[in-house]
Amino acid sequence: MVAFVVSAISFSLMFVSGDPAIAIAGEGSTEADIQVIRKNFGFDQPFHVQYWKWISRVAKGDLGESFYFQKPVVDLIAERMPVTGLLGLLSICFALTLSIPLGIIAAVKQNTVFDRFTLGLATIGQATPSFWLGLMLIVVSSVKLRILPVSGSSSLYHFILPTIVLGYYATPSMMRLTRAGMIEALQSDYIRTAHSKGLLPLSILLKHAFRNAILPVVSVAAVEFGFILGGSVVVESVFSLHGIGFLAWESISRNDFPTIQAIILVYAMIYVGLTFLADLLNAKLDPRLRATTS
Amino acid sequence: MKNTYQIEEIAGPSSREIMFSRILGHRGLIIGAAVLCVITGMAILAPILTSHDPFTQDLSNRLVQPFWDEKGSTSHILGTDALGRDYLTRLIYGARVSLLIGFSTALGSGIIGTVLGLLSGYYGGRVDMLVTFIITTRLTLPVVLIALAVVSLVGGTLPVVVSVLSLLLWDRFAVVIRSATKQIRSKEFVSAAKAVGCSTPRILFVEILPNLVGSLVVIGSLEVGHAILLESALSFLGLGVQPPTPSWGLMVAEGKGLLFFKPWLITFPGVALALLVLSLNLIGDGIRDVTASKGIE
Repeated sequence: MVAFVVSAISFSLMFVSGDPAIAIAGEGSTEADIQVIRKNFGFDQPFHVQYWKWISRVAKGDLGESFYFQKPVVDLIAERMPVTGLLGLLSICFALTLSIPLGIIAAVKQNTVFDRFTLGLATIGQATPSFWLGLMLIVVSSVKLRILPVSGSSSLYHFILPTIVLGYYATPSMMRLTRAGMIEALQSDYIRTAHSKGLLPLSILLKHAFRNAILPVVSVAAVEFGFILGGSVVVESVFSLHGIGFLAWESISRNDFPTIQAIILVYAMIYVGLTFLADLLNAKLDPRLRATTS
Repeated sequence: MKNTYQIEEIAGPSSREIMFSRILGHRGLIIGAAVLCVITGMAILAPILTSHDPFTQDLSNRLVQPFWDEKGSTSHILGTDALGRDYLTRLIYGARVSLLIGFSTALGSGIIGTVLGLLSGYYGGRVDMLVTFIITTRLTLPVVLIALAVVSLVGGTLPVVVSVLSLLLWDRFAVVIRSATKQIRSKEFVSAAKAVGCSTPRILFVEILPNLVGSLVVIGSLEVGHAILLESALSFLGLGVQPPTPSWGLMVAEGKGLLFFKPWLITFPGVALALLVLSLNLIGDGIRDVTASKGIE
């Protein structure tokens, strides 16, 4: 249902500007040119007819042909997907490995210098524009220190800087959530019971408190993964990584409608898939949910 | 730490005094408010603070170094950009653009989100289902992509950017207002208003809405920051506010080519952006802490 509406929105985007035929023909084209384009792409038909044609093709896995590349959009996306997928995975792993330990330590050492420091880091992280952070990292690491490549996607080294930028962007919210969850869990009765049973503090922390604190983080991580993919538009263009985000940016500046529509649709589907996955994972992690659903 | 306040609250001074002392005691809130005041003041007083014009180009004085450099001069404190425009002046005028976009977007999205949230929270049932569906759909859409696409099609003017962002950023308002309204709906004063025969709009906007002002201000300040960051990202990609308007995101994009030779060209607008958004986030968090009855989240 959501997918249906999203597809309609991404399709209608083409018509925000008025007449897509004029946009494709570009400036200085004659009325005859525009007429030909309108006929060829079927823009002369009513909106719902066009939409129906498009959506029934999409349902068959045919996302149309890119105006610019003259190739099926499906191929284009399949070509670029590995880069963005790898970047997204690396970033979310980076964000998780940073935010969960930091969040736990901050919760255990609540109101200490360390806690303040990590919270401050999180607040600053939320305020820093990602494209700017990317550029600053390029200046510092590639030019001043000369250690990392600046742009391209030919080796894993090329992914280090983009991963840091995107991961840092996703870290604050997950860290805050881990911290809040751990603080709440540590104050609960079952932790006191565990302490009084004489269990090791570390095992209480990781086995008892962490299992409860991690639940909301899982669902947020899925949402953040979606945001990371969305944010990849900006970061990929900073680092010239030729992934989906870069493709989207190129296509937007070229008025390549089928590609834009397809990318928006793919992103939306990925997001839906991710939230579904997070629900499943939560059900697996939380026995209470399992009991109520089955 | 905050729990001690609560105990005092029972027998202590009036609630206004408590609020006041809480505000003064909250370091983040004070710092944030101070930074925001300075930036806003600079934006308003821009023509007084600087004698240069943000649009006047001076091609004989291109890329003058900032004042601390040997080649710099005090007439251009932060130097000039690639077209010889005074950088400090553009930076100050850029604050106007960011603040204008941030606040008008938050206002627009706030109205959309609040109305949707009030309706779904108050009526529940079918209306709630519909609004929840709209929220889910909105969350599924990739914001940056859609904003980029629309702005590139319609054109990058201030009103376009503001309305696109308003239409995309109302989700947090709607979610929070919806759940808050649900809680308030069953309170006695709402039933009393209903019994007296108040109209539904009156109940929604006069009885319920004033109770939500705290949360609205909190989300509002966070969303202003969010909108400013998005605007800068759009402008950076060349599909937001168009040159020669001094937008901080655009200034970073213009300085990008000279990244390795004149790094200050991108450092200043970036720091300015981060400071402004940081101050807004500090204010948002601060107000939440100060007004929250529970203290820590």
